[in-house]
Amino acid sequence: MIRVVLPPHLRGLARISGEVQLEIAGQPTVRAVVDALEAQFPMLQGTIRDHVTQERRPFLRFFACEEDLSHDSPDAPLPDAVVSGKEPLLIVGAIAGG
Amino acid sequence: MSGVRVLVGTRKGAFVLTSDGKRAKWDVSGPHFAGWELYHLKGSPADPNRLYASQTSGWFGQIIQRSDDGGKTWHQPGTPPGEPEPGPGAMPKGDSNKFVYDTSEKTGKPLTTHQFFDGKQHPWEFKRVWHLEPSLTDPDTVYAGIEDAALFRSTDGGKSWQELAGLRGHGTGPQWQPGAGGMCLHTIVLDPGNPQRIFVAISAAGAFRSDDAGKTWRPINRGLKSQFIPDPDAEVGHCVHRIALHPSRPNVLFMQKHWDVMRTDNAGDSWTEVSGNLPTDFGFVIDVHAHEPETVYVVPIKSDGEHFPLEGKLRVYRSRTGGNEWEALTKGLPQSDCYVNVLRDAMAVDSLDKCGIYFGTTGGQVYASADAGDNWAPIVRDLPAVLSVEVQTLP
Repeated sequence: MIRVVLPPHLRGLARISGEVQLEIAGQPTVRAVVDALEAQFPMLQGTIRDHVTQERRPFLRFFACEEDLSHDSPDAPLPDAVVSGKEPLLIVGAIAGG
Repeated sequence: MSGVRVLVGTRKGAFVLTSDGKRAKWDVSGPHFAGWELYHLKGSPADPNRLYASQTSGWFGQIIQRSDDGGKTWHQPGTPPGEPEPGPGAMPKGDSNKFVYDTSEKTGKPLTTHQFFDGKQHPWEFKRVWHLEPSLTDPDTVYAGIEDAALFRSTDGGKSWQELAGLRGHGTGPQWQPGAGGMCLHTIVLDPGNPQRIFVAISAAGAFRSDDAGKTWRPINRGLKSQFIPDPDAEVGHCVHRIALHPSRPNVLFMQKHWDVMRTDNAGDSWTEVSGNLPTDFGFVIDVHAHEPETVYVVPIKSDGEHFPLEGKLRVYRSRTGGNEWEALTKGLPQSDCYVNVLRDAMAVDSLDKCGIYFGTTGGQVYASADAGDNWAPIVRDLPAVLSVEVQTLP
């Protein structure tokens, strides 16, 4: 079970509160997590990754275990603590703007 | 008794203002989509309960929202509230936010680049929806003007969008370049007398017309003069800010250009300047009285370098002669120390017997006049910066 923490605006769009818990088939990666997230909450398509390029949107970051995973390959395995559910994957909006 | 519903898009959410026909007391609901930029909201002329909204964010991209109950509740088209899981065989959800440029061979000229600030060619990149224009007759058909400039249409109530690629592909597309606000298609005007005719305007490219329901297009900028481009009379490159028409005379269009207020009597084949005695002819909004086709409204702004009213006085100017002769309307508007702007989509008119005029400011005020501009009062004073104002006249 992977735990995901979304920024407040995306929780609002998905009409949820608190963390999301996702079952990932196969190797858990950032790509697999976002795929599963978008499958469960289709209204989030395009909000984390660009609709067309599937690239991470510039002002979003992926953090876990006090590390910034944003520039890692989206197909890199997630840390063990995230895979075990001990630590969440944080999807964070950059601190910018008004 | 009839009433009005004013749809206000702001930098931090949407607000719905309602009143009866007297337009003296107002109910305010909102913020809807709090914290998001609402570039534009507009109701369907064919079904006043059907509203469309462009919700956007530099962080999270573009969201299309729809209401089927006059703004009480909203949902992303194709994703009904309370049903996040797509059912078996259901249409893929999430497509309502997807604007993908048409690069298919059948368009004939699939474009991949336009001119950028540095003069080089730059890929077309979707950024946001600036304007939503519902069909005059079908609540499920709606047009979207986007940045980077292109026109899209949905015929399924906003669930999916297809580009009308003939606009970018008609030939001048590679010459278009961004204005300071981005290269946006911000104005869509549907001809009420001819369903085949559509007008659009793009900053900084100009005005364009289709006479075959959006399949093919041509520039309609003859008569425009813009000193900020090397050839002031060029076919494209003009920074048109807004176009408006009166439904009874769809061949007569009024334009607020970057500088200059313009008029055409032949659906854009040629334009003449009607700035007349305006104290400055820079501005963004322009609109036409609901019952008087020759009565036009603008809000002059000092200059392109100083986006606020001249002398700190917020004045709407009205021409009852289709331009050239303008009078200042000031009663109820601040006449000192006012340095707000009125953005291009932030003026609208209702169609009650005494035509109501509405506009919103970057200072968060929405002003209304229930007597065609003679007297003004703020409906609200302290909203976030107003991006758009639309009005629905309700039965």
